[in-house]
Amino acid sequence: MKIAVCLSHVPDTTTRIRFVDNNTQLDTNGVQWIINPWDELALTRALEIKEASAGRVEKVTVVHVGRTEADPTLRKAMAIGADSAIRVDADPADAFSVASQLAAAFRQYPFDLIFCGIESSDYNNSAVGGMLAELLSVTSVSAVSGIEPAGEGWLLCRDIDGGVEKIYAESPMVAIVQKGIAREPRIPSMRGIMMAKQKPLQVVPAVEVNPLTEYLGFETPAPKPPCRKLDPDQVKELAELLHKEAKVI
Amino acid sequence: MSVLVYAENWDGKFKKITHELVSYASGIASLTGGEVNVLSVGKVDEEELAKLGRFGAEKIWKVEGEEYTFLDNRVFASVIAEAVEKTGSRTVALAHNNAGKALAPCLSARLKAALGAAVVALPESHEPFVVKKKVFNGNAFARIALRTETRVLTLMQNSYGIHENEKQPEIKDFVAEKAEKPAIRVEDVQKQTGKILLTDADIVVSGGRGMKGSENWTMLEELAGVLHAATACSRPVSDEGWRPHSEHTGQTGKIIAPSLYIAVGISGAIQHMAGVRGSKYIVAINKDPDAPIFEMADYGIVGDAFKVVPEFTRAVEELKKS
Repeated sequence: MKIAVCLSHVPDTTTRIRFVDNNTQLDTNGVQWIINPWDELALTRALEIKEASAGRVEKVTVVHVGRTEADPTLRKAMAIGADSAIRVDADPADAFSVASQLAAAFRQYPFDLIFCGIESSDYNNSAVGGMLAELLSVTSVSAVSGIEPAGEGWLLCRDIDGGVEKIYAESPMVAIVQKGIAREPRIPSMRGIMMAKQKPLQVVPAVEVNPLTEYLGFETPAPKPPCRKLDPDQVKELAELLHKEAKVI
Repeated sequence: MSVLVYAENWDGKFKKITHELVSYASGIASLTGGEVNVLSVGKVDEEELAKLGRFGAEKIWKVEGEEYTFLDNRVFASVIAEAVEKTGSRTVALAHNNAGKALAPCLSARLKAALGAAVVALPESHEPFVVKKKVFNGNAFARIALRTETRVLTLMQNSYGIHENEKQPEIKDFVAEKAEKPAIRVEDVQKQTGKILLTDADIVVSGGRGMKGSENWTMLEELAGVLHAATACSRPVSDEGWRPHSEHTGQTGKIIAPSLYIAVGISGAIQHMAGVRGSKYIVAINKDPDAPIFEMADYGIVGDAFKVVPEFTRAVEELKKS
């Protein structure tokens, strides 16, 4: 059995977001790139499943669509424990083109379980996992906060508003994961970093895809007016302001 | 150039986001022309369906049946895709919540329709279809052009608002002829009942590390009770196990956009704010005057939460009485 984890690399979530070129490009000056937080948790869970599988899971592979800049991120994923990496050599123009590139790669290299993070912390689309499943004509389950192997398939916890559902789904499938899937992301060990250098990073040529969307430009939100600070004994005034001025209570 | 809204129900009732979505669809239809169609999947009362007319729904299609009790992405996406085709809709609107985020990308790939996810406003133009969306966790917005004839949008909650636009909707049965077969099996469901849903709440009272321990939540629950609010917390609180993970709001937790968010003992780290910055008003109660939460808050009290919160609860009670 083989597990794939789709990885996106994103600016560190504490990055101060600025744009250049007339607000059409992210200012990548000084940006620290990290594994998208949800993908990192997915990788951790994939490794846990492999370790507990007594050899049933042969391999955990990370898969990425992008250029050479992402290679250090893929090496990091292998240092954490992934056995191999695949990079589809294409510009990630939009979610649909990324999903199409991934689908083409997965047709060539099939997997029993594909993990995707619920969103990437840059474009916030929550799109790639669902699109990928649809393009491959396989089942997807989203908002997954837990997963265990069960017979020929998987037992998943899916978060719903105010609760959780336990779901059984068969392989092959796409699990779109969120918080809870693993406790803490793993940190690469020194030994892991050394071993990662020897692990295979395969570069796959892109297929021809036309993106469906185009990013025209960016803007940052208007600054908030300063906070109206009150003294601890002015709770009555606060209630009045919320009632009369903000009209929310 | 009709618009189709996917109306998700919660135990047979629609949430506020559905009313907002219908309002939004009605705004799009006035730009592109065409009718506002709504597709309701699962069992919903006729009266609840008819209510959508208040916000501009003109045709309401309902599809009921056992197979629609639980969300199965491919089944639901196939039914919505068929409804898009049969109603001749060019725009499909879903909520940017768990169900919408699961279905919209499936629908987009199935229909080869461009996806505008996490949109926050009406399209600024129709040809080309240009719309503003959230990026970088709300630290920025992007203008994107959707380059296909049909497009799928997911709307951020509370970004457009609920607007009345009274119509007399026709309610009809939708016959799904091309529905996919269910591929998942739901074995167990645990669902809270009788509590206000955090993602649907108009007011949220949230506590952070400054609350010092789970035993101190009673005062927040009392305030929430008086305000008919849901309770939430910051990440350290759920990591410590003081509150369940389902209450964690923030970038990796729940992303919410209530009308009023009251943050008590929360410093306001960027990751926390990513989950709540869509709130209309933010009130901060914190003893540290330099806490970053005050940069994002509309109103603030610098003081000891353990004294301020109970007094504020009483002040709200008084106000509600008068």
